Amino acid sequence: MQEQTETDQIRLEMARTLVAHLEVGENKDADRVIGELAEIKENELFTEVGRLTRELHEAINGFLLDSRVSEMTQVDIPDAKERLNYVISMTEQSADRTLTAVEESLPMVEALDKQAGELLAEWDKFRSRLLTKDDFRGLSDELAAFLQQTQSHSKSLHDNLSNVLMAQDFQDLTGQIIRKVIDLVHDVEEKLVKLVRITGGKLEVGKKVDDPAVLEGPVVPGVEQGDVVTNQDDVDDLLSSLGF
Amino acid sequence: MKILIVDDFSTMRRIIKNLLRDLGFTNTQEADDGTTALPMLQTGNFDFLVSDWNMPGMTGIDLLREVRADAKLAGLPVLMVTAESKREQIIEAAQAGVNGYVVKPFTAGTLEEKISKIFERVEG
Repeated sequence: MQEQTETDQIRLEMARTLVAHLEVGENKDADRVIGELAEIKENELFTEVGRLTRELHEAINGFLLDSRVSEMTQVDIPDAKERLNYVISMTEQSADRTLTAVEESLPMVEALDKQAGELLAEWDKFRSRLLTKDDFRGLSDELAAFLQQTQSHSKSLHDNLSNVLMAQDFQDLTGQIIRKVIDLVHDVEEKLVKLVRITGGKLEVGKKVDDPAVLEGPVVPGVEQGDVVTNQDDVDDLLSSLGF
Repeated sequence: MKILIVDDFSTMRRIIKNLLRDLGFTNTQEADDGTTALPMLQTGNFDFLVSDWNMPGMTGIDLLREVRADAKLAGLPVLMVTAESKREQIIEAAQAGVNGYVVKPFTAGTLEEKISKIFERVEG
């Protein structure tokens, strides 16, 4: 405050001198005083810029020295990438196991269905007394074979269904991994917010630009993804409005 | 009926292959992106193409454009099965000459409905 008054005093003094020079027409001297006044203002500006630069420098250094930040960049983020890759491979394995079990099971079910249908027709004939003794012997052999196959197929189907069941174990593990990565993203977000604050916090919040060339991938509830359809009915409506 | 299934994820190719087999289409082949698919289409005498959109190499929309630009393939029915669900993309695919558009995740019923619709129109 004291300093401020002093500067004011000096400026007032100079202003008076300036007026005095102007009143008697000493233009050269008047110009010199104006120059000196401007210099005072410039000096103040430089001091202020210097102070802000130093503050910014210290804040950024403080940010960089924050051990959590370097830990995140050197350990956590590479870790997170590994973890997410593991999630991809686990879900892929699970899908493969499930698909294999289903692909093995479907033909067995189809075979049982087909044979049961054929036997049922024969059985109906038998009940309507349309079968000869020899026919019946044949049917009896077929029935025995069918029951045997039913038993062995049932066992295989049971194994395959158990495989499908066990293949769902990825959900628990990937869930835990993804939750950890979400925590990390949250941490990074906090640090970034801090960094934005240091740099003045005056960055305009940019609205996400909808670039048609960027493929968005699956619709995620609660995530702004531009003008998207939400289900197949919307797609059908849109296409039919285009004359499809 | 010979069908080419194009998707970069083998899981999705398997699912589509199994669904098609259930619908009675047993003659299917697979490709993992447009670059692999295009030469197969040009020499393979396919009757139908089912393609994803977002794939490394050549995307599904580029594959569709290549197909429509190729005199021999121009009339091939193409069904897009994709997670891309922006309105402008669906319009883009329609303008590029797609015959049907199914968004993932989809049901067996939807796939069947779209396929039979395409064949009705192609044959009728």
